[in-house]
Amino acid sequence: MVTPARYWREIPQRYRLEAGKCTRCGKTYFPPRLVCACGAREFEIVRLKDEGTLQTFTVIRVAPSQFVDEAPYAIGIVELNDGVRLTAQVVDCDVEHLEIGQKVKVEFRRIQTVGEAGILCYGYKCVPV
Amino acid sequence: MRDVAVIGIGMTKWGELWDKALRDIFVETALLAIDDAGVDHIDSMYVGCMTSALFVGQEHLASQLADYLGMGPIPAARVESACASGGLAVKQGFLEVAAGFSDIVLVSGVEKMTDVGGDQATYALSTAADQEYEGFHGVTFPGLYAMMARAHMHTYGTTREQLAHVAVKNHRHGALNPLAQYPFEVTVEGVLSSVMVADPLRILDCSPITDGAAAVILCPLDMAKTLTDKPVVKITGVGHATDTIALHSRDDVTTLNATAKAGEAAYQMAGKKPEDIDLAEVHDCFTIAEICVIEALGFIEKGKGGTAAESGLTALGGKIPVNASGGLKAKGHPVGATGVAQVVEIVKQLRGEADKRQVEGARVGLTQNMGGSGGSTLVHILEVQ
Repeated sequence: MVTPARYWREIPQRYRLEAGKCTRCGKTYFPPRLVCACGAREFEIVRLKDEGTLQTFTVIRVAPSQFVDEAPYAIGIVELNDGVRLTAQVVDCDVEHLEIGQKVKVEFRRIQTVGEAGILCYGYKCVPV
Repeated sequence: MRDVAVIGIGMTKWGELWDKALRDIFVETALLAIDDAGVDHIDSMYVGCMTSALFVGQEHLASQLADYLGMGPIPAARVESACASGGLAVKQGFLEVAAGFSDIVLVSGVEKMTDVGGDQATYALSTAADQEYEGFHGVTFPGLYAMMARAHMHTYGTTREQLAHVAVKNHRHGALNPLAQYPFEVTVEGVLSSVMVADPLRILDCSPITDGAAAVILCPLDMAKTLTDKPVVKITGVGHATDTIALHSRDDVTTLNATAKAGEAAYQMAGKKPEDIDLAEVHDCFTIAEICVIEALGFIEKGKGGTAAESGLTALGGKIPVNASGGLKAKGHPVGATGVAQVVEIVKQLRGEADKRQVEGARVGLTQNMGGSGGSTLVHILEVQ
């Protein structure tokens, strides 16, 4: 469940694709972490590439409560051009004709509406290029 | 460390049990296990349950259940590892007995899923994924496994029909299990024409929403022989491993690393190899899951899992029968109960009590129970003495 405190905390990732790059081994984590698999604890904040390739995907036809009105929608795992992978919806396309290997770009979009006040939550979605 | 045996098992018919509360389902199966073992008390208990909070609005579950079982003030703990909560409870019970903290331990798993509607249940289950970086975007569990299925089909040439054959096989087995939620057969054509849930997975690729519980009684092996005259089943291997809970964080979405690691640990502890296993109960929450699991456990070569159900390798009468109980697919999947129910089925089989679905001459059985999209896995190996 998205709450205002959590939403505010995640703004650097949702709005700016900020990730943590290990200053020792170079591995990049999205979202940023406090410790790397190599054991190092020093990171620099980097902005991820906003283009990538669809690794796999599905079309959600039975959706969780807050997405019921949007089904069917495509969602996939995208590998960005810097090697980082993330899960995102794939929009502005014919969901019946998507294919693995599709090149996509990451765009800033509305993701969901939460709570009785209808707070709008923004973040990233992917669009075929 | 003491050797540990299973001396009692209990399970009731699974399904949509609208007239029963979570505590009733738990107590019914716990009493069956206690009576099956022939014991008059238990020293402690573990309960596996994924999310009683989201399904029935109740936490502090273990104390409530110990009370309703009439066993208070024994130590009681509820453990959680998403859909592997039951398997984790088995491991915790094993450790409790092995370490000498308790002699007679009740291990139960329970989930009451039909008190909420379908979209709320979908949401409750989705909390086993990374809520901030998967769930936030609208992914569901069928969706995560659908992405694994599409990748497996793309990389290894697994076909849509091969996925269907897993459901057909497990329903054929489940039709022989009177406790199964859906004890009937389905056809390949029926699976392929059922409603699409998350492409390419259809409703008959998915395990159902289920109310149910299962229970076992554990005790030291030495004590087992004095407590019961039934065949004694020893837990000879225990494996437990984790993986990223976000599917996108794995190098290969078709490889279940936690299952491979837990399998290796259990095989090593038991001194067994995959070819020594007579039958297995594995976590077929979706048809693709059984395919990836049997690859990770070494029952079949990586990439060839799709052929197993179709060829009969994993069917009753095949080389390694998988999910003789009907699996999660036909027996049902009350998430927290599943890992315990797998042990119940293996014990039935090893005792020779599995009736029409009996695997003849079964001596060594394996259970594999996993959470989320594979972020946690418990593997147990059991052998009849």
